[in-house]
Amino acid sequence: MSASSTTNGKTLKVRYFDIEENPTEHYLNAETGLKSWLFTVDHKRIGLMYLASIALFFFVGGVLALVLRTELFTPAENLMTAETYNRIFTIHGAVMVFLFIIPSIPAALGNFLLPMMLGAKDVAFPRLNLASFWIYSIGALFTLASLAVNPIDTGWTFYTPYSVQTGSAVILMTLGVFIMGFSSILTGMNFIVTIHKMRAPGMTWGRMPLFLWAMYATSIIQVLATPVLAITLALLIMERTLGIGIFDPALGGDPVLYQHFFWFYSHPAVYIMIVPAFGVISELIATFSRKTIFGYWAIAMSSLAIAFIGSLVWGHHMFVSGQSELSTVVFSFLTFFVGIPTGIKIFNWLATMHKGSIDMKTPMLYACIFLFLFTIGGVTGIMLGAISVNVQLHDTYYVVAHFHYVMMGGTVMAFLGGLHYWWPKMTGKMYNEFWGKISAVIIFIGFNLTFLPQFIMGSQGMPRRYYSYIEQFQTMHQLSTIGSYILGVGFVIIAVYLAHSMFRGQKAPSNPWGARTLDWMTSSPPAHHNFNYQPVLNNGAYDFHKPIADFTLGIAEDDHGHEHKGEPVKQQEQNA
Amino acid sequence: MAEAHSVDNPRLLHHFRNADQQFSSSKLGMWLFLFTEIMFFGGLFVAYIIYRAWNPELFTMAATQLDTMLGAVNTVVLIGSSLTIALAIRAAQTDKQKMIVNYLLLTIFLASVFLVIKYFEYTHKFDMGIFPGAYYTFDGIDHPKANVFFSIYYMMTGLHGLHVIIGIGLMIWLVIRAKIGDYSSQWYTPVEMCGLYWHIVDIIWIFLFPLMYLIE
Repeated sequence: MSASSTTNGKTLKVRYFDIEENPTEHYLNAETGLKSWLFTVDHKRIGLMYLASIALFFFVGGVLALVLRTELFTPAENLMTAETYNRIFTIHGAVMVFLFIIPSIPAALGNFLLPMMLGAKDVAFPRLNLASFWIYSIGALFTLASLAVNPIDTGWTFYTPYSVQTGSAVILMTLGVFIMGFSSILTGMNFIVTIHKMRAPGMTWGRMPLFLWAMYATSIIQVLATPVLAITLALLIMERTLGIGIFDPALGGDPVLYQHFFWFYSHPAVYIMIVPAFGVISELIATFSRKTIFGYWAIAMSSLAIAFIGSLVWGHHMFVSGQSELSTVVFSFLTFFVGIPTGIKIFNWLATMHKGSIDMKTPMLYACIFLFLFTIGGVTGIMLGAISVNVQLHDTYYVVAHFHYVMMGGTVMAFLGGLHYWWPKMTGKMYNEFWGKISAVIIFIGFNLTFLPQFIMGSQGMPRRYYSYIEQFQTMHQLSTIGSYILGVGFVIIAVYLAHSMFRGQKAPSNPWGARTLDWMTSSPPAHHNFNYQPVLNNGAYDFHKPIADFTLGIAEDDHGHEHKGEPVKQQEQNA
Repeated sequence: MAEAHSVDNPRLLHHFRNADQQFSSSKLGMWLFLFTEIMFFGGLFVAYIIYRAWNPELFTMAATQLDTMLGAVNTVVLIGSSLTIALAIRAAQTDKQKMIVNYLLLTIFLASVFLVIKYFEYTHKFDMGIFPGAYYTFDGIDHPKANVFFSIYYMMTGLHGLHVIIGIGLMIWLVIRAKIGDYSSQWYTPVEMCGLYWHIVDIIWIFLFPLMYLIE
């Protein structure tokens, strides 16, 4: 009838629970009205609010990208002046980096999934979690205000001394980024504490889904690096208001110091962007290969290794900024070094797929696109880490193509894969598989058409951030622009069918993909407090050889000896 | 389950299994926050180290303009306030409700003394024309980068002072809640967390004092 499971030396009475299919009451309708969203402390709703926000900013940043590409269709003035062009590429970069990609997987998917994957009812600090969202929103308002006042033209890196001299609204913009940094820090703190303290009975570190290991590594970087960005931007703001001169050569300061400070955050920040994507890919590949993940600990530890080594490579952004030869050599070496844990991940994923029964659903299609594009992005990154090659390619389109392959080909593809994968859990509705695959293919084609030519023209010497160019680059620029339109079409299709599925989509079963992680061991959409029982784990997150029913173990009675109420007991006999 | 617990302990939030889990979560969260504070000030300490390595003579010259006596008094005051807030936590653990309030008020008093002394230090320098960076007009230090030293000085002590002000605000809030009798040996998490915060503010000053005032 009921079994017992021993955790931490205490014996728990456990039994199997049934998962309710298509429940009438769930977190989406537990409370209603605008206030029930804006002031919710439910991590799932906060995750969805982040999702809506980042979708909005991805749209804004994406439209700006299309505007830039349209301007570059010919070397002449098509849409805007050179000055406007500078402002638009700055805003495209800042919006995509600070408003979209940094919160994308951690804050949206992470918030929604992290407590459920742990078998917890919520994150450790739910009110702080809501505060993170509000701080993010306030920061975003400052950034938008800077656009209304005088859009900045410094590039998203705000390099001094130009950022001190320009007349554009640098203070508002950097204040916005400063504020959003606190949102990132608080989310990271919350996740670390949640992973340490809120794991369900039986959820040992070795049974955690790899997405959680990735989130853990990401959170460490967020807590470690973001405060340094905060102080850097605070100094920049003081530089503009009080003329403190720490970064200003005219007053005895040093502008290269600003670059060191900035990249001390912003290089680890690219791992804030990509490591959660690794976590998503681990889930997708294991589930759709129907196989225990290959090299669980190698993947888990490589996330931490990337977080650690990735914090020591910032100097590779300054090979031509006048840092010493010794530090250039050291930073170059460490940059190669970070390729090792990343390679470990790629090979483990491939080994997981090897002889698996691969089910090429849309999320898996995105995972494969990720493997392809991210590998190109990663390998070209190693090339850029080589000093002599870097000097040649510095500030060319080669760099632009490289980081778009990593950030868009990597993070955005993983994000799309994750979004499709967890869409049934979030909304309780299935997306359209046919259109899902079509748009994935369109995005793949559009992406490569946009950015492959940029590698070529970059290697031929086309500098980045230029408003005009010489005739020989026109074909490449036009291919790239056409590619970006195709990419745009792909995203529009996704937006349409996802919106359609919310209203007209098929109802989703609780576990449409046959996954084994706890986030699937609850109804779709989940109950208000995630589970109708306190989950207990006896299996690993990727034990695909065990039946799904083995994963719905829960505590049979609470600490006071009261039986849990409200759950059906049908399945008990079968599993006892 | 939540209902059963809430009878036992009204402070236990629904998503925690027991009070121990809740308390240790708060404590881990606070330690992580303190870690971010160190990284935040760390940027300024790095700027200090770099400029001092480049201009060692500037730092010894400029430090003569800082009043070591006032700095020392402030150090003693802050260390004393760390003791009094620790005693406030102790009072909460031993259910001495009235002493929680008294020790917190004493801590607030000491923090205010620190700020008053800092105010006189700042205004004295302003009178002499020692402003940060571009507004620096003092000609008593014969070094072209004297302004940068004081930029770093004002940034570090100013940011620290801001933390002191925030700490006073937090303690006023604690006093109000302690007066209603919110804290007892059953639950005193906010007092403990505020104490941790106050200790980091104290420790940062303990580094600032020798680095700024005691250079020779």
